[in-house]
Amino acid sequence: MTAALPQVLSGWFAARDWSPHAHQLAMLEAAREGDSTLLIAPTGGGKTLAGFLPSLVELIEAGEAVQGLHTLYISPLKALAVDIQRNLDTPIAEMGLAIRAETRTGDTPQAKRARQRRDPPQMLMTTPESLALMLSYEDAPEIFAHLRCVIVDELHAIEDNKRGDLLALGLSRLQALAPDLRRVGLSATVAEPDRLRRWISPTREAKDVRLVLGEAGAEPKVDVLQSGARIPWSGHMGAHAVPEIYGLLKRGGTTLLFVNTRAQAEIVFQELWRLNEDGLRIALHHGSLAVEQRRKVEAAMVRGDLDAVVATSSLDLGVDWAAVDLVIQIGAPKGSTRLLQRIGRANHRIDSPSEAVLVPANRFEVLECRAALDAIREHTLDGVPARPGGLDVLAQHILGCACAGPVDRDALYAQVRTAGPYADLPREDFDDVFEFVATGGYALGGYKRFQRLFRTSSGLYEIASQTAVRDYRMNVGTIVEAPTLKVRQGRGRVLGEVEEGFVNHLVEGDTFVFAGRLLEFVEVHETSVITRPGQGDAPAVPAYAGGRLPLSTHLADRVRTILSDPARWSDLPEQVREWLDVQRWRSLLPSREGLLVETFPRNRKHYLVAYTFEGRNAHQTLGMLLTRRMERAGLNPLGFVATDYVLGVWSTRSAEDADLDALFDEDMLGDDLEAWMADSSLLKRTFRNVAVIAGLIQRRHPGEEKSRKQVTFNSDLIYDVLRTHEPNHVLLRATRADAASGLTDVRRLADMLARVKGRITHRHLDRVSPLAVPVLLEIGREAVYGAALDELLGESADDLIHEAMDNPGTREFGFDAA
Amino acid sequence: MPREPSTARTTMPVTIAGQTVVLDQSGAAWLPATGDLLVSDLHFEKGSSFAERGRSLLPPYDTAETLRRLEKAIRRIAPKRVICLGDTLHDLAGEARMAESDRNRLARMVAATGWVWIAGNHDPAPPEQYGGEVTDELRVGDIVLRHDVVTNPDAAIPAGEVIGHYHPKAIVRVRGRRISGKCFATDRRLLILPAFGAFTGGLNVRDDAISGLLRGDFQVFMIGRSGLFAFRRDALVPDPKRAA
Repeated sequence: MTAALPQVLSGWFAARDWSPHAHQLAMLEAAREGDSTLLIAPTGGGKTLAGFLPSLVELIEAGEAVQGLHTLYISPLKALAVDIQRNLDTPIAEMGLAIRAETRTGDTPQAKRARQRRDPPQMLMTTPESLALMLSYEDAPEIFAHLRCVIVDELHAIEDNKRGDLLALGLSRLQALAPDLRRVGLSATVAEPDRLRRWISPTREAKDVRLVLGEAGAEPKVDVLQSGARIPWSGHMGAHAVPEIYGLLKRGGTTLLFVNTRAQAEIVFQELWRLNEDGLRIALHHGSLAVEQRRKVEAAMVRGDLDAVVATSSLDLGVDWAAVDLVIQIGAPKGSTRLLQRIGRANHRIDSPSEAVLVPANRFEVLECRAALDAIREHTLDGVPARPGGLDVLAQHILGCACAGPVDRDALYAQVRTAGPYADLPREDFDDVFEFVATGGYALGGYKRFQRLFRTSSGLYEIASQTAVRDYRMNVGTIVEAPTLKVRQGRGRVLGEVEEGFVNHLVEGDTFVFAGRLLEFVEVHETSVITRPGQGDAPAVPAYAGGRLPLSTHLADRVRTILSDPARWSDLPEQVREWLDVQRWRSLLPSREGLLVETFPRNRKHYLVAYTFEGRNAHQTLGMLLTRRMERAGLNPLGFVATDYVLGVWSTRSAEDADLDALFDEDMLGDDLEAWMADSSLLKRTFRNVAVIAGLIQRRHPGEEKSRKQVTFNSDLIYDVLRTHEPNHVLLRATRADAASGLTDVRRLADMLARVKGRITHRHLDRVSPLAVPVLLEIGREAVYGAALDELLGESADDLIHEAMDNPGTREFGFDAA
Repeated sequence: MPREPSTARTTMPVTIAGQTVVLDQSGAAWLPATGDLLVSDLHFEKGSSFAERGRSLLPPYDTAETLRRLEKAIRRIAPKRVICLGDTLHDLAGEARMAESDRNRLARMVAATGWVWIAGNHDPAPPEQYGGEVTDELRVGDIVLRHDVVTNPDAAIPAGEVIGHYHPKAIVRVRGRRISGKCFATDRRLLILPAFGAFTGGLNVRDDAISGLLRGDFQVFMIGRSGLFAFRRDALVPDPKRAA
């Protein structure tokens, strides 16, 4: 087989006593036939080399004849692009090839970028955002004219989100500039390979992409930690198991500890060091830490200088390490696909099994870990619901195209439809987005004279001003993060970044744990948070936005299956079995297909607990809608709390005689949903992201802080006005589409309500049931969502009002009476 | 939750220099003694000012929305006179950008009742073509109505002042959540009105620019969805302290 390789390559393989994997040769064969390919292989399977091998062969065979950019490699991670370039440089140097491989990311100096435009390397490693920028240059057609291959790495991590939408649109434009372009997707194992084939396909047809499968690795060895400690009823930190986790670290080898949130990472890291009498080298890695700090940890890991790293999803992707012996997942895995990918980090040698231990943080998580274990043994993965490409991303793309040169509207529509996520885009939607980009797209035609794109006599659309071009380039990309501030020790070293919202809570002298240290807040200086080492041991741990994924539909189904069937409980810890046994005796077990609702009184309040298992986001939406109905039914709901598994509502009147079929009817997704969306802070946040991506409002850039009042615009005000005056505007449609998933997860809620229709079982109890205890314990710990802003305001508005209200001289009056 | 909080009221009387001023949830205020309705900082055509500068094509409905809210307040309160405390137009060219329908609407409103335009910093020359009186300040009893406070060091400090200009907003922290909103701010001598315009944001009342004008024990009335909420200064969250 190696005969297919040019001499210099086969010689290089032979000198290392290597031979190419079957999938690497299959990639080569596909490339020779000009086919696009999707390679699905577990980590450690030589996936990246498989992607580059055909390009190396082509470049070697073409010799001097190759001009310009030949292969573009796109990674969701800057660090990965840099690492891949280094990994390519080694064989290129060893074979003495005249091939230049370079990176271009947001960190690349201006001079180097300019040089890369004039004189592109044969291979360029970049990110989706940098590609979008390059495509907006007037000379994009020249830069990409000779491009033969584009490789998208970690495709599974990007295909179902807006970054993926932007990249898919970018690829559609690349294909138009270089029609012979071959596309290559590299992905970890996923539930539906055909989805990814359609995504990477130049024709949006899966059949036009050859599927190549890497060799399956050895079956991973995964266990749930059998903790001797009492398993908590609630909470997500897993601190109870830290001594046993420490015991696992002491066994030796290198361990990767994955947690679900940055706050949890800080706590587990601190707790481990508290126990660390053996001087184990334990490091911390999460997305808020300074880049240099993260790189240092990664480098130490590669050198084998660490015993353990506590990490968040910041290490889900990225550089391959051969040296990890054990992966520990602390807290519920939330889905089987990501868990499998995390476990895959344990061993990048394909022939030896990965070892992993799951550590549940509470009793429900025991069930979830058990469900995840079954899923891994049975090779079932989480399905991802289909979602069409975002209209906000399309707006950004259209503006980018116009920055590069005049746009033919019909041709652009045809081109956009070759991008997988936009394959079914109706012309009407495209036209609405186009109008939005050109004139704002408002029914009221007042903005025609301020248009951003104008129509030339030849019917093309041209950008109206350089201001628009500059704004586009400053705002490119789909990642809308909360503004952050740098955390500094004194005025010196940067430890990382925290969200501004968190800093706004701090007053001088407050302490918080960050980067594994206890810090005391001093002040904000320009864009930095100045701190000094903190004293004492009761910090306020950073509460970062996001980070918590909801339980996947697939795992939720498995959890319900385990719960409903006592025959499956034999592997569960004694305390958990007992918990479920008492539940069975005192109430009922939730069934697999139906919905169990319990009602019971407690402390002069009345509780309703629904065992819905649809994830936190869908439960929050359900809570908002359900309490509206309970209000109308006169039950006087006071608040609710949502976990991944359960929704709990409390009220002043009992729901024991309520018509639950009516309360949980699907029609709550009609007017009630509309009414709630008008006022929901979640929807406003969603709108803000849409407005930023679509270019309606500008991102805030560092250095603009001082003139902040001038450059920022409160998106909530725009949302309110737009909803009142043009409720069907394309950006509001985009906002509603986003609400189907993500923070409000309306679609999942809809599926659940349809599933349980006619299958609701109600148990009225005289007191709280065992299964309801965890959600009741979350009250006070979790934010209470039921209380609208005004309710909270009313709770704390001071006594002045009462005084005022009691004063007869201050009754309400109008001029008519005056 | 749709339940009406017990403490929410849609109007709230306060006493400024011995005279009752009623704060209204709409962001306007009125003087029962004279039947004057006060609004400030309408900032008509703020949206289109961004469009004109090529920055952003914001929804062109802010003027219509502001007019709608003003009409509603006038209908409900039925004042004898409306007094706009300045910055009615976002910029001097704003009037030219107004839609025909909005101009007509404004003209009808001005014609139907007494009207006073007080000059602001964005619009030193208010839109007099609609009729109504144009002035820099107006005295009603012991209260002086202006766009900004009296800054002339030789001038006597009025017993009571009602101004706009600062777009006050307040932030409170409740159960770990930050809630912010436009507000009235007063120390019983000076009353600062919130900006009435649909696209107008706010400046934290704890900022020196605002709190420096008020006595230390000032209080705010924050505008919520269902009414006004009173807070003392101490209950308000400042923006993070920023070193000079």
